[in-house]
Amino acid sequence: MKQSTKAWFRQGDPWIWLNAGAVTISVVMVTGLLLLIAVRGMGHFWPHAIVDGTYIPKQGEAYHIVGEMAGEEWVSASRLRESGVEVADNIDVIQRVLIKTGNRDISGLDFRWLIADEIKNITYPDELFIIERREWGSYYGIVKAIKENGIELNTKGELYAVLQQRMDRVLELHDEISDIEGKYIGAINYGLEKIRLKERALELKGSLDAQDLARFQAERDEFDAQYNNYKETLDSLYNEISKDSLIAVSMGGIETEIKISNIVNAYRPNAMNVLEKVMFYIAQFYSFLSDDPREANTEGGIFPAIFGTVLMVILMSIIVTPFGVVAAVYLREYAKQGWTTKVIRIAVNNLAGVPSIVYGVFGLGFFVYFLGGSIDELFYPESAPSPVFGTPGLLWSSITLALLTVPVVIVATEEGLSRIPKAVREGSLALGATKFETLWNVVLPMSTPAMMTGLILAIARAAGEVAPLMLVGVVKLAPTLPLDGNAPFLHLDRKFMHLGFHIYDVGFQSPNVEASRPLVYATAFLLVAVIASLNITAVIIRNRLREKYRSLGT
Amino acid sequence: MGNTFENRFGMPESSMARLRKIRKAKDKVATVGVTIGGLSVVFSICLIFFYLLYEVIPLLIPASIHHEDSLETAIPSTTLYSVMEEQSQIGIAVNADGNVRFYSAHTGRALKDEQVLTENIITVASETPSKRLIGLGTESGSVLLIKHEYRSTYDENSQRTINPSISYPYGKNTIEIVDDASVLSLAFRDGDSELTIAVLSEHNEVYLKRFEKVENFLSDGVELEEKDTVQLPIPSEKVDNILLSSDQRWLFLVEANKQVEVFDLTKSINSMRIGVVPVVNNTENGNVWITTSEFLLGGISLLLGDSQGGISQWFMVRDENGHRSLEKIREFSLSESPITTLATEHRRKGFVAGDEAGNIGLFNTTANNAALVQSISTTAIQHIVMSPRGGNMIVQAKGKAGHLWEVDNEHPEVSFTSLWEEVWYENYDEPGYVWQSSSASNDFEPKFSVMPLTFGTMKAAFYAMLVAMPLAIGGAIFTAYFMAPALRTKVKPTIELMEAMPTVILGFLAGLWLAPLIEANLPGVVSLLMITPVLILFAAYFWSRLPREFRTRVPPGWEPVLLMPVVIGAGALCMGSSSFLEDVFFSGDMRRWLTQDLGVDFDQRNSMVVGLAMGFAVIPTIFSITEDAIFAVPKNLTFGSLALGASPWQTLVRVILPTASPGIFSAVMIGLGRAVGETMIVLMATGNTPIMDMNIFEGLRTLSANISVEMPEAEVTSSHYRILFLSGLVLFVFTFIVNTTGETVRQRLREKYGSL
Repeated sequence: MKQSTKAWFRQGDPWIWLNAGAVTISVVMVTGLLLLIAVRGMGHFWPHAIVDGTYIPKQGEAYHIVGEMAGEEWVSASRLRESGVEVADNIDVIQRVLIKTGNRDISGLDFRWLIADEIKNITYPDELFIIERREWGSYYGIVKAIKENGIELNTKGELYAVLQQRMDRVLELHDEISDIEGKYIGAINYGLEKIRLKERALELKGSLDAQDLARFQAERDEFDAQYNNYKETLDSLYNEISKDSLIAVSMGGIETEIKISNIVNAYRPNAMNVLEKVMFYIAQFYSFLSDDPREANTEGGIFPAIFGTVLMVILMSIIVTPFGVVAAVYLREYAKQGWTTKVIRIAVNNLAGVPSIVYGVFGLGFFVYFLGGSIDELFYPESAPSPVFGTPGLLWSSITLALLTVPVVIVATEEGLSRIPKAVREGSLALGATKFETLWNVVLPMSTPAMMTGLILAIARAAGEVAPLMLVGVVKLAPTLPLDGNAPFLHLDRKFMHLGFHIYDVGFQSPNVEASRPLVYATAFLLVAVIASLNITAVIIRNRLREKYRSLGT
Repeated sequence: MGNTFENRFGMPESSMARLRKIRKAKDKVATVGVTIGGLSVVFSICLIFFYLLYEVIPLLIPASIHHEDSLETAIPSTTLYSVMEEQSQIGIAVNADGNVRFYSAHTGRALKDEQVLTENIITVASETPSKRLIGLGTESGSVLLIKHEYRSTYDENSQRTINPSISYPYGKNTIEIVDDASVLSLAFRDGDSELTIAVLSEHNEVYLKRFEKVENFLSDGVELEEKDTVQLPIPSEKVDNILLSSDQRWLFLVEANKQVEVFDLTKSINSMRIGVVPVVNNTENGNVWITTSEFLLGGISLLLGDSQGGISQWFMVRDENGHRSLEKIREFSLSESPITTLATEHRRKGFVAGDEAGNIGLFNTTANNAALVQSISTTAIQHIVMSPRGGNMIVQAKGKAGHLWEVDNEHPEVSFTSLWEEVWYENYDEPGYVWQSSSASNDFEPKFSVMPLTFGTMKAAFYAMLVAMPLAIGGAIFTAYFMAPALRTKVKPTIELMEAMPTVILGFLAGLWLAPLIEANLPGVVSLLMITPVLILFAAYFWSRLPREFRTRVPPGWEPVLLMPVVIGAGALCMGSSSFLEDVFFSGDMRRWLTQDLGVDFDQRNSMVVGLAMGFAVIPTIFSITEDAIFAVPKNLTFGSLALGASPWQTLVRVILPTASPGIFSAVMIGLGRAVGETMIVLMATGNTPIMDMNIFEGLRTLSANISVEMPEAEVTSSHYRILFLSGLVLFVFTFIVNTTGETVRQRLREKYGSL
């Protein structure tokens, strides 16, 4: 039976379809977004081929171009004409490609937009190298020779093998150096600072005598001696590491000498087969997770950010769980349902709805300046005027986020408690258990999955929250991790790095946004993956729980 | 084996009783602990509210002054100029006989006297007070510039002593300007490269002497090299006072107690005179005349005190044709008696005025209000000596002893007017809403209008809701009411998963991916917004025309899957034809077409981007609550309606939606609360420009983004800091109201359906 058009309208079918359209659009947007992040984020580590070609523009001179395709777009020809590019009259739209040419030290530009059709003689030569450097970004070109102490080595036709061997050696030395500088010399500096503070504390008390001074001096001397020891080792290591260099030729034919100590990685993507590419991909991804950032966070890894996020979230969980659970237990088990619980529920819902930046403002004012300032005055007078707890840091961030996520734990736990059948509690009470014993031995164990759900959701929320952290403790680059080998090992007063803030900082505050963009996508993907999996886990636990108690309830 | 207690329960009765006691105690402790824990949630929300309030309240506390000390030695009536040093311990007084005295601000006793001139001083002028440079005009027609300086020394007990001294930055010799006539009034400005001195001789002639400052490499000091000395055109009336603006451009002559003549010193002598501005209005209130004139901090605004207790602020304003003229900006009123003295603050755009009846008033020009008016004497106020920090002042009335007052006026620049109304700021050609909290210069007028921020917040929320509401509510209606259950279990968690998406990622994508995409494909995006619904309707109509056996292959409730290719196709079509559309309709560049033909400015990071990104963030919130509300409507209502012959859509509109409307309302409320408080998306997806313009293609700045940008830099307890707390409080209260309303409505709804 076919409806008439009029009936179709009158019965409201078009509206139903429009509503269906809204669902479709929402779902398409959600999945599209996730796909976008996944593709861009995961694509970054794949070794892309290096193009070698000649760029012959309509005006200006032709030149040799070497680089990696980083993007493409279609632009209307008239817009290009306006900006002074010559385009044939019969063309409406034109394809442009973004080529990453690297070699910022030579040409000043990392990226250039070129018209696709004007790149001629495209080849993919095997000998082209991408050299990732500690300074000046990547280098694209050919390696010609290797030098040791300025003298060219005879590599007997095994240039790449020798290069690899030299690079491995230098990387090992580099690790050794950063170990000494970071761990041992860091510990010495930390110890010296501790001595200074002890001395100052005694001075403030007015009980600093000659004996103390001598003791401090002796300790200092010991540190100095240690330092000189390390210094010697370091000097020889530095000598050793700066011996090797390589001669490379860039696309303009310019020869550059690059110290091997300045190289993080050098590889020839065009010469790799698929298996090698996969291996390379895994290695790159691993170093992304485990390395420190370089070059104002635009290159290298994100390890400190992951570490900071995880540590902060752990501290937050330790704080939030007891409070959230106790509050939920009170609401569900102890409080008389009525006026009080109504007020508390409204309070909980409001805590959940208060903008996160307000927590940041509160945290900065109350925790950092008020509490932290008071703690400093009482317990750390010796380090004045530099604040210890009176400045944004890890502890305050954790507490602020705990406050922000406590409603999540309360709501989830309460739901879990409400699903436990009354009969279970009554049974326990009937056997003579007190209310607390019932709670402790029966109710709480049964609701652990619900608490877990709440905690997981709280962690997911905290891991993605950035706005309040910007005020209470996150920095773009923390010199030291908040957890290290110096007593008391966990430094709650230190500032830390955070994945979410890293995305904001690198994507919006960095000097070279174009170069850092793939890294931001990769970081974003990591964050989304973590949070999405946490959430899915929580949902699964919750659904299991529902199933379980559904059978209990009947 | 007796049937004893021990045998039955495994322990003696006494230990059982003890155990019972312990258990009881444990239970009590737990009850107390849990109760405290539960109430701590209420406590914490109260703590947040009251702490924010605690930081904001000082903004609302009115100014007050407290008597601190009475001076034993009065400031002589021959004192021409007096001011205090930074610590409010010492005052300097320049007397007419050429003597400069440093005195204790607490007792008035002389600490140090220095005779800087052997002749009589007629007039004294000071540059910006913080420079501590004073010009002395003598009876022989010359000028001497002196500087008062203070050095603090500490003894072993950390006790501070301040040693005052006088220095002569441009030499101890006077600068001759007028021959054979004394200097009646003097104005000077010491710029970075130029020193200008203007004097009024007793013959009513105005002379101008300009110096260039040359660095002396031998002594490392600065020497003056005379550029020119000119006599200005004869003033039109008898001059009372001359004032020179800080940019050394405008010279104001206060004449005959009723008018100000303006000279532009950058012009040639003959065209210097800009005009005469009558500054008193004598028609209504009888005879009014100007009694005092002074520059406000910054050397831009003139303050004129009159004989009826009024003080007016004037500065040069440019009209549409680019002509500058002296305009009255605002008026203050102290009392009915003539103003006798005006003392300006050294760090803020405020001043203290005293009148003949013994009243003093603390005013702030930006806030456009009197912070305090108090009668402190019965005779005319003669001297008001300000301290640089504005925390103390010495006030002396005629024939009385001087008194040191402590001034409690922490946030004079904040008033209802300066926060919420249009304010005419210095150097602006008209009143406006401006947020500009800091600047490099010291005498900067802070502009704390929260209107542009509130407007930006509303604008962002408005566009976000415009995107989110139709999609979320429409989607929720379909999901809850029409969708096949199998599909629903997939769709609902997918959309709700987005609620957990960190906003920093949405913001990053909006700023770095969406904004350039929209900029490059503007016609495509605009057409996408218009075409998608049309295409969906076409597809639906086409589907309904298909043969029945074909249609029945897809069970009802799976329509969204059918529409999947339509929506994706619409996207591909619009984006793909964007360049084509741009060429055909907008001659190749829609952005240029917007700016040139429509006069609409276009920013890359604009409100459209924010609307889409934040709308996206709000969709899951609204969707989830709406869906629950509709799904919770009892099925028997639906069945009843359908049984009576209504179509599904009719049932939905007439039965379901009215029943679920409170739930939808609360969903919208909670979504709005989220949109208003969202920080990272607006921070990253807009240019953060605090402008007031509804244009969808321009940026904005919201309260929350403003806090996150400026809070780390704000000086603790400054007005700026407290205003940021105020924005936080506003956000808190707003979301509190919105959430509570939404939540209460939802609870009601739940109770209602519970009974159905």
